[in-house]
Amino acid sequence: MFGYLIRSVLQAIVVMLAVAFIAFSMFRFVGDPVASIVGQDATLKDRQELADSLGLNDPLLVQFARFVGNAAQGDFGISYRQGRPVATLLRERLPATIELAVISAALALVLGLGLGIYTALRRDGWAANLVMSLSLIGVSLPTFLIGIGLIYFFGVVLRWLPTFGRGETVAFGWWTTGLLTESGRKSLILPVVTLGFYQLTLIMRLVRSEMLEVMRADYIRFARARGLTDGAINFKHALKNTMIPVVTITGLQLGSIVAFAITTETVFNWPGLGALFVKSVEVVDIPVMGAYLMFVGLIFVVVSLIVDMLYFLIDPRLRTGGAVPAK
Amino acid sequence: MTDVPIPTLRQRLNDSDLWLSFKASPVTIVAAFTTLLIFVLAFFAPVFAPQDAFNPAALNLMDGFTHPMERGAGSNMLFLLGSDAQGRDMLSALFYGTRVSLIVGLCSVGFSMLLGISLGLLAGYLGGRVEQLIMRVADIQLSFPGILIALLIFGIARGIIPPNKHETTALFVIILAIGLSHWAQYARTVRASALVERNKDYVQAARLIGIRGLAIMARHILPNVMGPVLVIATINLALAVIEEATLSFFGVGMPVTQPSLGTLIRFGQQYLISGEWWILLFPALTIVILGLAINLLGDWLRDALNPKLR
Repeated sequence: MFGYLIRSVLQAIVVMLAVAFIAFSMFRFVGDPVASIVGQDATLKDRQELADSLGLNDPLLVQFARFVGNAAQGDFGISYRQGRPVATLLRERLPATIELAVISAALALVLGLGLGIYTALRRDGWAANLVMSLSLIGVSLPTFLIGIGLIYFFGVVLRWLPTFGRGETVAFGWWTTGLLTESGRKSLILPVVTLGFYQLTLIMRLVRSEMLEVMRADYIRFARARGLTDGAINFKHALKNTMIPVVTITGLQLGSIVAFAITTETVFNWPGLGALFVKSVEVVDIPVMGAYLMFVGLIFVVVSLIVDMLYFLIDPRLRTGGAVPAK
Repeated sequence: MTDVPIPTLRQRLNDSDLWLSFKASPVTIVAAFTTLLIFVLAFFAPVFAPQDAFNPAALNLMDGFTHPMERGAGSNMLFLLGSDAQGRDMLSALFYGTRVSLIVGLCSVGFSMLLGISLGLLAGYLGGRVEQLIMRVADIQLSFPGILIALLIFGIARGIIPPNKHETTALFVIILAIGLSHWAQYARTVRASALVERNKDYVQAARLIGIRGLAIMARHILPNVMGPVLVIATINLALAVIEEATLSFFGVGMPVTQPSLGTLIRFGQQYLISGEWWILLFPALTIVILGLAINLLGDWLRDALNPKLR
């Protein structure tokens, strides 16, 4: 088990270095970092000094090592457009994105699992058919149109829910939360539904098809022949064996939910990282783009590591030193 | 030995499984017809559109905000789907906008297909270091959503291209951005199939008679891996159109002078709250219908080409 874990961690580090290299190349080679920071009318001497202080005259490998070192300590440079440290910009917007992403992920996971099991067990029921048809919408409608539709119906026609921003927030140090005020909670509803819907339908369809597959297996028929109760068969035997593919794909999906939030945040004017990223693309603010990329990469890598460890809890073959499941 | 007549292309099509399964599925026929209709209306937009929608001289400001099915106050022209603030006929805007969306979609699918197939074939046929490098990059890219990659490439291109050329190059930048965000799927599929084909007798035979690697890949392996590639390409066309619409909706896509469906939706959103719903609804419906029709075609193609389901 130990070797397997070390291999996972090493792989994660390689991925992070690759992502950091892309961010570094963007900073170094897209446009001129010096001109972007000091503007057009700086003297040649000023430029020289800035280039020296940024270390732009060192060998590239040294520059990259410094870039990684700084990033590891939370220093992502200065935003070209706002003149403030990128780390501060990210920190201001982090709570909004994390709150949105975690609640959406939890909703998608709980409802996706529940509905997936339900539609698999009651395959021919009218409710299950209805849920399956509705899930087609989640798969085929573009996210931003779902968001606009919700805004129009619940915000403009019914006037029940706010359609942009986070509402009132409460601050704890640098962390802010909208969960403690009524307007904050109301503002969360539409973005959470928009972001969670797609993930929910994916998880649900996956759980359903895996479950149906397992239910056809011989050991399930045998369990029935042994006279086990439905509950024991469905949850102890069938569900457990659907968990490996479900955990893999669900984990990867939820790992990218922060990046999927780009669309939702822009539609709802949500003051999070995704909206910041879109704005920085619009005005070509390279340090912010690079830092966001590394942040998304980090979340993805951490989630993948957690998924790798979950295999040990789920798959007894791994604990006894058997085969590693194919991802 | 009696002569067996060589069937014509037409006869071969009539006898093929593909045509049989197409005829047997009414949903597929409707989807194909809808897709065809949208393509024709879009590509011949100047012929079918009642108005030259993006020529300012053709607009009459007095026609602004005409409701659907009503006549404009200025020109007395009938606006089937209403008009926007400048008196632009939404039906015409829709034809032209769909044309831009489809051009971006088709070109980016073609680009990512070319790139993905080449890299996939190289990886599968050559193996070794090349394969590891290509597949690693594909793995990493597939773990990020396409929209993130496309936004990133769009931003980088903006940083390289001087600002006064942004508008004229927008179309190419978007095609590049969307194309580069989808190649990995083709590469993976082609590599997997190429790995299987590589060891089959016909490839060994080709190698024995001295055909070079590149020719084996292009002439012998490629035709045998095209089935799954076509399925992915069909479904990716819908994805690309939606991705382009999302980018344009964000304001980092097609410029106002060359609007796509996404740009039209971006305009429409401003008027939704004040009650002019038709400016947003019709472009949105077009995307949904187009996406659904292409997806249904993709599903049919996947089932029809899957030998296990025959």
